[in-house]
Amino acid sequence: MTSQHVIHVQGLEKSYKKLEVLRGVDFDVARGSIFALLGSNGAGKTTVVNILSTLLKADAGTASVNGYDVATQAADVRESISLTGQFAAVDEILSGRENLVLVARLRHLKDPGTIADDLLARFSLTDAAARRVSTYSGGMRRRLDVAMSLIGNPPVIFLDEPTNGLDPEARIEVWQAVKELAEHGTTVLLTTQYLDEAEQLADRIAILHEGRINVNGTLAELKQMLPPAKVEYVEKQPTLEDVFLAIVGDSAQGSSDGADSNNGKGK
Amino acid sequence: MTTHFFGDTAVLTGRSLRHITRSPDTIITTAIMPVAIMLPFVYVFGGAIDTGSESYVNYLLPGILLITIASGVSYTAFRLFLDMQSGIFERFQSMPIARSSVLWAHVLTSLVANLVSLVVVVLVALLMGFRSGAGVLAWLAVAGILILFTLALTWMAVIPGLTAKSVDGASAFSYPLIFLPFISSAFVPTATMPGPARAFAENQPVTSIVNAIRDLVAQRPVGTDIWIALAWCVGILIVAYAFAMRAYRRRIS
Repeated sequence: MTSQHVIHVQGLEKSYKKLEVLRGVDFDVARGSIFALLGSNGAGKTTVVNILSTLLKADAGTASVNGYDVATQAADVRESISLTGQFAAVDEILSGRENLVLVARLRHLKDPGTIADDLLARFSLTDAAARRVSTYSGGMRRRLDVAMSLIGNPPVIFLDEPTNGLDPEARIEVWQAVKELAEHGTTVLLTTQYLDEAEQLADRIAILHEGRINVNGTLAELKQMLPPAKVEYVEKQPTLEDVFLAIVGDSAQGSSDGADSNNGKGK
Repeated sequence: MTTHFFGDTAVLTGRSLRHITRSPDTIITTAIMPVAIMLPFVYVFGGAIDTGSESYVNYLLPGILLITIASGVSYTAFRLFLDMQSGIFERFQSMPIARSSVLWAHVLTSLVANLVSLVVVVLVALLMGFRSGAGVLAWLAVAGILILFTLALTWMAVIPGLTAKSVDGASAFSYPLIFLPFISSAFVPTATMPGPARAFAENQPVTSIVNAIRDLVAQRPVGTDIWIALAWCVGILIVAYAFAMRAYRRRIS
């Protein structure tokens, strides 16, 4: 079982002074899957991610990543992961390429320049490579941020609210990048407060509420928990997202299937 | 992980030095304030201050150098604060690097930036008539004291850099440090001060450091001042380092 589960969390507790944020969180993430941790603001999603990425110590419970215990084998955990935090953690004063080279050097990889150029191409940042990141748009910054996380091909990637504050086009770009990651066998733990984001991306979804995981399952399983959908005939209206993307640009391919599946939701 | 300590520190120091070369104004503004203090004191007030046979610019320079360092380290707190704020500090901490390299890189950068600012201030002082016949050894001793003082204040700057809630809070700690030389032997001989001010001036770190540097530069025999100066620098360094590491451990656990 443990070889199947690249992330294993059991009984995780954490309080800040008197505020109990996590009151016994349990979940497992299978290798190569995308797992979404859903929750409202302040539900403790970031706290879970910070404990798993060895930035924070849990008060109780155990957690392991890639077979290493986060408390006792922190250095091994850090070899196995990459964290993309809530705010794009990029160096504004350096150029995009310099940011990537910096991370490649810190991961002690050979030929940081080539690694940087490959990622710039993969994330369509080649034209902006030499520009300072402070001139980048929010979407470019996030793509660079995600690109920095891929350096060294860590088997596990944590994405903490990766599309927070992005415009719809940039969101789709980031989603595309995340899907590609999972196709290459990377395990992705994603936190989000956007329900459609979890629907779009995740193989499994867990809802963190009042310090515990209330629900954990695939989207289909989650939907079955509610009474079966009634079939109603509704004229299909374009969503505002469809309209926005149709007007704003052509880089919006892939959004239409998302809108269709939204339409079939039985609520 | 210690095997990577030097390599990681070098990479991260390169990063923050690049920040400085891209905004050289931090070095210029660090040098501007001490120069702006030096000008009126040398050309306006200095004539009224009796410093014996020594020219006033020679008398004043050691204190001005300490003010330069005090204002320079506020940028260290500022840069560290920005790293905390932007999340890049957390990114580094979650990577397989020697974690303390992140702090050491800022400390080394502070040292380099301050030394450049000090050279700028000394050059301006030379234009204003500063002269010294001191030999290489005396200058090495002066450099050693200044480096030690920079390290002590830099580790002090790390504390607000790690713990401040706002940019202003991060750099505000340096204001009292900049003010400290005014109640010391840096501008006027302490003998002219009234009792309490004199007592404070004679027993605070700046006076002994200023006196030691002044004697070295003027090729006078250095008395016990240099030992008191070194004791202050090392003492501040140790205490500041201990508190900085405590603040650091709180941030990463």
